[in-house]
Amino acid sequence: MAQPNYDAIIIGAGHNGLTNAAFLAKAGLDVLVLEKNDHIGGATVSRELEPGWFYSNCSYVCSLFRPEIYQALDLGRHGLEIVPLQGSVTFSQNGDYFGSYHQSDIKRREIARHSQRDADAAIRFDADLMKWCRLIRGMLLRTPPDPGSFKARDAFEFAFLLKKFYELSEAQLYEFIRFFTMSIADYLAEYFENDLILAHFSGGSIIGTGLGVYSPGTAYVLLHHAMGDVDGNVGSWGFARGGMGSVAAALASAFQSLGGTLQDSATVAKINVNDGITTGVTLTNGDVIDAKCVVSNLDAKRTFLNLMEEKDLPPKLVERAKTFKIRGSSGKLNIALDGMPEFPALPKGSPLTLGHMHFSDTLERLERAYDDWKDDRWSEDPYVDLLVPSQYDPTVAPPGKHMMSVFVQYCPVEPDGGWTSEKRDAFGKTVIDQIADYSPNFKDLLVHTEVRTPNEIENEVGLTGGNIFQGELTLDQLLFNRPFPGYAQYRGPAQGMYMCGSSNHPGGGVMGAPGANAAREILRDLKKPDVTPQDFGDD
Amino acid sequence: MTKARSAIIIGGGHNGLICAAYLARKGLKVEVLEARNTLGGGLALTSSHMSLHASILKDLKIKLTSQAPVKTIALGPDGEHLCFSGNTVDGPEAARYAAFREEYLAYAKALGPLMLNTPPRLKDFDRADAMTFGKLGWALRFGLGEEAMREFLRVAGMNVYDVLEERFSAPLLKGALAYDAIIGCHVGPRTPNTVLNFLMRLFHDSGQQRVSAAATTSALEEAAGKAGVTMKCGAKVASILVQSDKAVGVTLDTGEALRADIIVSNADAKTTFLDLLGTRHLDALFAHRISKPRTDGDVARLRLSLKARPTVPGLPDSDLSQRLVIAPDMRTVERAFNASKYGEYSKEPVMDMMLDGRTLSINAAYAPLKLKEGWEAGAEGFKAAVLTVLERYAPGLSASVETAELMTPADMAEAFGNAGGHWHHGEMAIDQAFMMRPVHGTAQYETPVAGLYLCGAAAHPGGDITGLPGRNAAKRILRTA
Repeated sequence: MAQPNYDAIIIGAGHNGLTNAAFLAKAGLDVLVLEKNDHIGGATVSRELEPGWFYSNCSYVCSLFRPEIYQALDLGRHGLEIVPLQGSVTFSQNGDYFGSYHQSDIKRREIARHSQRDADAAIRFDADLMKWCRLIRGMLLRTPPDPGSFKARDAFEFAFLLKKFYELSEAQLYEFIRFFTMSIADYLAEYFENDLILAHFSGGSIIGTGLGVYSPGTAYVLLHHAMGDVDGNVGSWGFARGGMGSVAAALASAFQSLGGTLQDSATVAKINVNDGITTGVTLTNGDVIDAKCVVSNLDAKRTFLNLMEEKDLPPKLVERAKTFKIRGSSGKLNIALDGMPEFPALPKGSPLTLGHMHFSDTLERLERAYDDWKDDRWSEDPYVDLLVPSQYDPTVAPPGKHMMSVFVQYCPVEPDGGWTSEKRDAFGKTVIDQIADYSPNFKDLLVHTEVRTPNEIENEVGLTGGNIFQGELTLDQLLFNRPFPGYAQYRGPAQGMYMCGSSNHPGGGVMGAPGANAAREILRDLKKPDVTPQDFGDD
Repeated sequence: MTKARSAIIIGGGHNGLICAAYLARKGLKVEVLEARNTLGGGLALTSSHMSLHASILKDLKIKLTSQAPVKTIALGPDGEHLCFSGNTVDGPEAARYAAFREEYLAYAKALGPLMLNTPPRLKDFDRADAMTFGKLGWALRFGLGEEAMREFLRVAGMNVYDVLEERFSAPLLKGALAYDAIIGCHVGPRTPNTVLNFLMRLFHDSGQQRVSAAATTSALEEAAGKAGVTMKCGAKVASILVQSDKAVGVTLDTGEALRADIIVSNADAKTTFLDLLGTRHLDALFAHRISKPRTDGDVARLRLSLKARPTVPGLPDSDLSQRLVIAPDMRTVERAFNASKYGEYSKEPVMDMMLDGRTLSINAAYAPLKLKEGWEAGAEGFKAAVLTVLERYAPGLSASVETAELMTPADMAEAFGNAGGHWHHGEMAIDQAFMMRPVHGTAQYETPVAGLYLCGAAAHPGGDITGLPGRNAAKRILRTA
């Protein structure tokens, strides 16, 4: 069957693929997005697996999504609404709790309830963290410079970064380097002393990583979870109304309104390369579709090892793709509830159930959870990030009922002997038991539970190893090293071949930035005007 | 004729002696004050490879007569052992290992401009700092070349576990290499940055010549003596004297006060600033910062006197006096580390050892400074754990033990006066390395107090027996003081 030719084909309708496609379409290109599943969204997806309940069954909160992209693509008009969510709480085994309220005075008073010294340190901590956030945020919508290149553009980028850094004082420069290379436990120890507070603030640093709270490099991951903003409030989190699928739906709607074509249930078998020049793709049904450029939203491992032929790649790149670190470490439970579970440790009417809830009250428990993962077991006593979005968003559950999302750290890619449904159930039970320890009526409310291990995430969404960031966020895979040294500027090895997934700078977290950055590079190569947004800068 | 400037060196460890010798050779009147009755400090604990940097041997005209180079033999649980010697290793992965060594030695060499100079400041740097940056940039970009530089920038922040997984398959080989990246520190193979540890150690790799600690100490003592340094043992410094915000001397625990133009501390940073100087002479932020570096030791030393030479199946008796490593695979090393994170000793420790006659000196990891149960209660259990592992490789060894002397990090801190009993006076990690060692604000050997300098392993480039902190500090003092 003859297919029309396209300027660009995007493989995968994840949020980055759609972002990329939308900007290319906006620049006037004829763009086709191919999605293997019968639904779009990749990991930004909402699915009705139990009638009446809509699960955001992969990504579950929205914070890092770049407001610049939201504005440039007018996603509000396309139906994306982010509802700010506030606060978080860690329950203690002794029946107490620590609540991190959104309102700073109340938060400080709550810290003081546990440690006056820590309440004082919190002022210093917030100010420092905000400084690092500002610095990093300015790099998100930029292409990382290549340290091996002498091109004017790379030199200019380096000069830009240097200038940005040199706005810091000398002492702050050293502190920034330390922040980038320290463990969250060591970093927090420079501010806080209370166990519960240390555990509460370190949780965000291990989400999605193959690292523990004592592993150097985790302090930076905290930033990855703290620099997002909702409505200009840096550090705040939000739910996409209707679930994360709304993000993909809005992007798809923007893309289609710009004239783009979206085709689902179309699995790409291979990217066609002729003599070092990309010609298009071949589908599994044998269809060949030609295009001037092909953009892969898949992770770096799948892109190069599954979609491309070894003969079209430099040997070094094949080696790199094989050793790309993309081990999954997280699981997820999506739960339909008959009502709102009670948490008796909280005062009656406390707003803290509206935010993130955690049950790991010491660094030791968090680290032991990591030790289990290192030995290919799921954590016996996992760190969970529990949310009940139906409290804000009545569209995700039937009236009076609730939907709960439980993110679980850690869960191995493959336990000894591989995953079986028994093991998956046992993993789910571990998590449910932990929640039930703090919520006596929880088990009675269970209507339906979906348990997702890295295995399910890989099979359905196509994230290798079930890694939620499309590749681990460690120094060797950040900035100009992401995904591989020499390939960090969104270009593949063949002319006309590009990458736009979270395997690329600045990484995962439903930011849309890799998609937008890749679009900028493509438009540059095609000598089209740049329609991708610039960083808003400091307010 | 002007009077020669005088300097007091607090501590007669190898870095103190080297710093003293360099200063005295330039005409300073130098006195070394050592609290113990012998010089050499922590040198006494090292049993295998001495690797004072070649430039020091040359500058101070030290000739160390070394015996045959030491090989490292990784003991295999099945009696199949693996012998490392220079760039070679037994077995099917020999070629891969040779390539790996060559590559990583090149990376280590590229660090040279940084290791051999005062760490440059990132802002307001002077000409010397600019030179160091320039040389480092050149070494990375042109010394290594484009491809190797990219790879270096990738692996520098990685953990040794992932790097070795990428390169090798034999568990024993990976275990032994990972051991070299972790020993002495509170890290496991999967801790990020351990590749940097490994590279810094490779930088010092001298082909593992064996020179006894005593011979090294007396060579340094002789070199210092020849340069005109006075060395006083049994002279314990109690405090550093400060007048008008300048260090002017020290007081001994006898109450005696000694004055000098320059005071150089070979002690670790916490001891220097918090004990000897006192926080009243520091601003609050600096005092806060200097109390934070990770300085808790995590290795114990066990010295066994044996009734007879042990026998290790599969190992010829002639190889018994090589450096023997027990780290059968990386997982075992990582699991051993797990325990120490929670204040427990490893139930299945990893170790390296040297046999001298019938004395077996063992470094055993992990043995955390702050053992939950306390070392008084835990010592016997840890000894037994080490012996249980040893017995597997050398059947009958336990029965042959006459005395077993355990030195925990707490004992080391007590014996050598270094806070925490850490081998390197503080963890070797990026956030405590280079211009951040021991903390920023005193990483250029100078301190916030005029006239006071650091010259020990707490300063750049840190631990192991390189002598570079002492040498670099002396050069800095001569240039700026």
